[in-house]
Amino acid sequence: MYQFDYHRPASLKEASELLKNCDEAKILAGGQTLIPTLKQRLAMPSDLVDLGALKELSFIKAEGDAIMIGAATPHADVAVNADVRKHLPSLAKLAEGIGDPAVRHKGTIGGSLANNDPSADYPAAVLALDAKIHTTKRLIEADEFFKGMFETALGDDEIITEITFPHPKRAAYVKFPNPASRYAMVGVFVAETPMGIRVAVTGAGQEGVFRVKEMEEALAKNWSADAISGIKVPVENMLSDLHGDAEYRAHLVTVIAKRAVAAAI
Amino acid sequence: MKSELDIMLTVDGAEERTTVEPRMLLIQALREKLGVKGPHIGCESGRCGACTVLVNGEAVKSCMMLAAQADGAKITTAAGLAAEDGTLHPLQQAFHEHHALQCGYCTPGMLCAAMDLLKTNPKPNENDVRQALRGNLCRCTGYQHIVDAVLSAAGTLGSGASAVKGAAE
Repeated sequence: MYQFDYHRPASLKEASELLKNCDEAKILAGGQTLIPTLKQRLAMPSDLVDLGALKELSFIKAEGDAIMIGAATPHADVAVNADVRKHLPSLAKLAEGIGDPAVRHKGTIGGSLANNDPSADYPAAVLALDAKIHTTKRLIEADEFFKGMFETALGDDEIITEITFPHPKRAAYVKFPNPASRYAMVGVFVAETPMGIRVAVTGAGQEGVFRVKEMEEALAKNWSADAISGIKVPVENMLSDLHGDAEYRAHLVTVIAKRAVAAAI
Repeated sequence: MKSELDIMLTVDGAEERTTVEPRMLLIQALREKLGVKGPHIGCESGRCGACTVLVNGEAVKSCMMLAAQADGAKITTAAGLAAEDGTLHPLQQAFHEHHALQCGYCTPGMLCAAMDLLKTNPKPNENDVRQALRGNLCRCTGYQHIVDAVLSAAGTLGSGASAVKGAAE
């Protein structure tokens, strides 16, 4: 690791000011991606702003037809929360499938979204459920948030505070995990919400998480695995690496999407 | 030179104060600054779990956390599971009885990951145990004896009551 200064602000305001005033500050939201990145010297922040002391960012609330999750809520909390399990079991299952127990104790939903790893699980849920991302400055729609691999709409001194999920009529997340890392080789989140049907794919796209509108339209007419079995995403947009080439991933998208539709509750 | 930080950790019941660089990992602070050599450094990249400790009761890989983040925290290592007079914790005893280790390198992490499981799920089945130990690698045992030991400690291997005192605390 390169050297950096460490801050543990006691308020969001203090955190925002640190981000604004430091040279090249980065937020430490749980560290399960950032710390390995720092170890490999793939990042060289001047300062780390640890959100670990901001307990007001770690909460899960159920109000009306929505579930609100604080940005610093660890995956382990989402996985076992009674309200999430009741109204959004697909999200609880997603959280339960991230990494391993130790990672889930430290990793946070806000950290995962802000990092926007092309193989991360949460971006698929946020995009498919049409969740709202609240920050220290504004509210960002899911469709406007993800801007490509490791890129988001967040400004340098902007901090995610909360994510609001609607209760879907039915939804499911199915992932084909890399057997070693548990990252998604392909993960598909399908959801029918009051706003419509959405299909979001993670792990496969060169530009990170993406929607498959053709599948959404087919499912709107006929919610069944058969309805999408003939729909294939373009191979040229897929990731290709030693774990699976582009053609394989494109094939998996259809297979996993069908499984997700069949599993949706 | 970046500023150093004064931190305080409670390690296996003992209050410890030390000074760390912001970039120092918790595992480095434990081993190099405080001489706590129970948790091992295996891969140092979050994969192997040999460095797993309990931070405020939750299993965490101490190579995936900065020492500064742990300031004020209560750390329990595998050594801290035993009673003060050295009597093994029932989980440790079960590892011994079931031959759940060969070289022993992964054992401190395995014990902490298993404790974390039994705290939230005192009566796990075999799949629960395997899922809970997913982030801890063992290259000797093939896992079967480790899984047996955890089930035995929980009293869910065959029949019998839980032998793990305090597991539900």
